[in-house]
Amino acid sequence: MGRTLCTGNYAAGHTLAVAGEANRAARGCCGGAYPITPQTEIIEYLRGFNFRKGRIVPVESEHSAMGVCIGASLSGARAFTASSSNGLAYMTENVFAAGYYRLPIVMIAVNRTLGPPWNIWVDQGDSLALRDAAWLQFYCHSHQDLVDTIAIAFRVAEDARVMLPVMVAMDGFVTSHTEMVVELLDQERVDRYLPPCEVPHRVQHSRPATIGNLTWPRETERHRRDIQEAMERVPAVLDEAIGEFESMFGRRADGAIVAEQTEDAETILIASSTMAATLRGVVRARRLRGERIGMIRIKQFRPFPRSELLRAIGGARRVGVLDRNHSPGSGGIFWNEVAATLHSSDILLQDYIAGIGGGDVTPEILDSIIDDLASRTAAVDPLWQEVAV
Amino acid sequence: MTSALLDEPLLRPGNTNCAGCGMSIGLQWLDEVFADQRPCLVIPAACAIVTAGAFPTTSYGVPTLAATFASAPAFATGVSVVTELNGETNPTICWAGDGGTYDIGMASLSAAAERNEDILYICYDNEIYGNTGGQRSSATPEGAMTSTTPRGKTEWKKDMVAIMAAHRIPYAATLSVAHREDFLRKLRVARQTRGFRFLVMLSPCPIGWKSSSDESIELVDLAVRSGLFPLYEVFDGERYTINVRPDGTDLREYLSRQRRYAGSALDVDAAAGRIARQWRILETMAKQFPA
Repeated sequence: MGRTLCTGNYAAGHTLAVAGEANRAARGCCGGAYPITPQTEIIEYLRGFNFRKGRIVPVESEHSAMGVCIGASLSGARAFTASSSNGLAYMTENVFAAGYYRLPIVMIAVNRTLGPPWNIWVDQGDSLALRDAAWLQFYCHSHQDLVDTIAIAFRVAEDARVMLPVMVAMDGFVTSHTEMVVELLDQERVDRYLPPCEVPHRVQHSRPATIGNLTWPRETERHRRDIQEAMERVPAVLDEAIGEFESMFGRRADGAIVAEQTEDAETILIASSTMAATLRGVVRARRLRGERIGMIRIKQFRPFPRSELLRAIGGARRVGVLDRNHSPGSGGIFWNEVAATLHSSDILLQDYIAGIGGGDVTPEILDSIIDDLASRTAAVDPLWQEVAV
Repeated sequence: MTSALLDEPLLRPGNTNCAGCGMSIGLQWLDEVFADQRPCLVIPAACAIVTAGAFPTTSYGVPTLAATFASAPAFATGVSVVTELNGETNPTICWAGDGGTYDIGMASLSAAAERNEDILYICYDNEIYGNTGGQRSSATPEGAMTSTTPRGKTEWKKDMVAIMAAHRIPYAATLSVAHREDFLRKLRVARQTRGFRFLVMLSPCPIGWKSSSDESIELVDLAVRSGLFPLYEVFDGERYTINVRPDGTDLREYLSRQRRYAGSALDVDAAAGRIARQWRILETMAKQFPA
């Protein structure tokens, strides 16, 4: 394909389309399309794509967009869609159904503040509210990260050892509507990278099963534990998928976390999505000034990469988590997970809630957060960093 | 496919449906017309999915998907699209109750009909949320007592066939378990028609209707003869055929055999008047726009 200047939405739409098209030798592809800002350009791209063996259904709601994906996936097709914000909230019941039905659906979540009051800018609360839906979740920080992660998502989702849906998230507007130069994936190599989609429990008339009827507690617990075990197999499957992606496309995609300058760091900042991209420059500048500081970008939120994170945090004394999301009555959602990961350590762990409702988190703001972290002798409740757009 | 599978009934014996349940009859007649085509059933939350029984057993002899309550038409769209993409001919059939059809599934049903998906949608309408113990739905008729209308429902029943016909789908019709030949013929019309087809059967529920389980078929017969439940077909939303006309049977005969109407404040004469007006509309359509 070569290098293309395009928006995050365009890049996501294109990657979904070539992945869907790649399944034409098997049972084809299908998905539902429903508009909501800021993901709309993705479903417009999909509706405009001329699939040889596929159809994108223009449905009446997000709930049905996922419903179509479920029916299609249960019929053995490669299935995908995209949504944001209240659309994800409206879709929720079927998001859980897709997870519990173990369907390798891929959905792009363009993070946007949940309303009311209405706000179209970035906030991760929409997709994080779906963290318990038995989906893998990846948060991307750049257009290239997005493209590569979507292709890898299909590989991992459809792997028989995983067989779970994957949500690939990007920041609304910051990623979805800005243009960056990106290496889009060409059909010929995607055809080779993605094996034919096989859903082992799909509808087969030679085997007339009922899918989803009543289960007793014992079978239900078994079902949930099977999902947990599949989640635990993700790291190995993801490693393979990244390795094969590199040999096919010649570049290394990011894994569950990306740790930078953490080896000897006393202070570590943790962030996700584009906030991590801004943080990178700030951390590098402070390193140059001699501070023993590092950072970790958490890309994979489900399964939560506990052991990778513990390894990367190593012997650090202070950890600050930046959360562009908020669980009322608790705090930042990434912080909650990091706290659970560090439960047996005496590291000073402080949560900073920043960029809620799409507030612009500038390098200056990040610097002030890092100064605050350095000045603390003990952690306090999550701190709100008020920022103006 | 083995012949044993083809011999497999769509609804196996030994299922948990109540005695006198109209849905059981409907599923057996569905089997008569569709079994050789090996359909895929899509069933939203409803008694009909409880009918399947508990995993790993099932009462259904054909592939059956349990859909979320509002999503049978959306799930079925995915199934139908992929079936067609792969050149397969197995029909996709939604089998849903009135709660899943008239109420919570209305938006996805309307959308699938508007897109004219290749789906046969059959509503077994027992006029209540039967699976949860008998609460009102928008299919519950005026005067009927349910657990959420303890003094009788005050609103008239939604006219679902008119709504579906307004989508100009190829075929919409009503089904009566008291009129077997008419029922089977309509299933055959649906089988030979492509695109979205909507059928609604009045499905007696002895538990909810507080009726005798051995009178279910007779009750539907009375509903048809009194004019309460017209048997008719609408083609492409614009050509009408009336199959059975009322024979003057008093509506009270139908109502008095169901304790859901006992002590209700229903004005039977007013209800009969409304039924008569509905028939004038239907007769006009059948005369002006015949099939």
